Amino acid sequence: MKIKVYSTPACPWCGVLKDFLKEKKVDFEEIDVSKDQEKAKEMVEKSGQMGVPQIEINGKIIVGFDKEGIEKELENA
Amino acid sequence: MHDVAIIGAGPAGITAAVYAARKKLRCVVFAKMIGGQAAWSGEVGNYTGYQYISGQDLAKKFEEHMKSFEVELEDNAEVSAVQKKEGIFVLKTGKDEFQAKSVIIATGRKPKLLKIPGEKEFRNRGVTYCATCDGPLFSGRDVAVIGAGNSALDSAIQMSSIASKVYLINRSGLFIGEGIRLEKLKAMKNVEILLNAKTEEIIGSKFVESIRLFYEGEEKVIAVGGVFIEIGSTPNLVLVKYDKDQLEVNEHNEIVVDSYCRTNIPGLFAAGDVTDVPYKQIVVAAGQGAIASLSAFDYITKLRP
Repeated sequence: MKIKVYSTPACPWCGVLKDFLKEKKVDFEEIDVSKDQEKAKEMVEKSGQMGVPQIEINGKIIVGFDKEGIEKELENA
Repeated sequence: MHDVAIIGAGPAGITAAVYAARKKLRCVVFAKMIGGQAAWSGEVGNYTGYQYISGQDLAKKFEEHMKSFEVELEDNAEVSAVQKKEGIFVLKTGKDEFQAKSVIIATGRKPKLLKIPGEKEFRNRGVTYCATCDGPLFSGRDVAVIGAGNSALDSAIQMSSIASKVYLINRSGLFIGEGIRLEKLKAMKNVEILLNAKTEEIIGSKFVESIRLFYEGEEKVIAVGGVFIEIGSTPNLVLVKYDKDQLEVNEHNEIVVDSYCRTNIPGLFAAGDVTDVPYKQIVVAAGQGAIASLSAFDYITKLRP
């Protein structure tokens, strides 16, 4: 299972999302889009959305901290 | 059965929990977002004891303080309804039900919408309510910040170092935010302040491309890639059922409390920005959290035979 989290350092919901994944002991790649403009572009192109956090689980993107949506995707993955 | 159920984990809710824990009350806290709106503040310079602290760091301090006690925390849980029946409160979340002798509502506020065409359509596609979060995505672009209070001024200050140009747009002719912030902005070369400008539409295709506003007697279109809306907030109310009595709110939908943070329903207290307290400040919310918690303690003590 490949999981990416796109976030910025000062975004409260990004922190909530990352804590949630850590608590579930889910490994993820963290991408700070404030430091990496290329990755920021990649995120916006993939999802069509300019907001963080975004999580990509096996190619599927969820925008924001949608706890139930993320749990469902994790189960399916 | 809990002695007190606290809904919300911002400065008010967390302070209430700390006071309840020190009184050895059995307490449960429902948290949608620990730190509440404080976690969204860029810079906090008026919380006693800290000359300067970021909102996120202050929220972390609050969290650590609460977690140093045995407080039951329902994380990521939203209370959908509170019902008082035969002297006992029943709180419903998505899946579970909780019972408590007293309740403190400390749910804070959420951003107010501009309610103009394009706002909904372009949310997360150029329209945002959190410069702290999404700001870095607008690097090198021209952006508009709409609003007149401290959050608008903060967003404009933050964006001035990220965006290539910032338009600070204010519908009235006056900023209600702190003068110290406004001075900072006026000195910035890439910030243009438009007073008495009414934003009427957000325009774009896939993403925001421009805004249309009424300014100096005419319609004007300004090309921007981002719109930061910071026009204030509205209370997060919780549905409360108690016989035929409704929870009393004022004309701004704020919960009416007395100086003991009592609402019109016995055993139900409220604290912080969700109430009609005159100044919405972190330190005021924390103070009200303490009052509400001590009042809840008195209420429970009197219930005992």
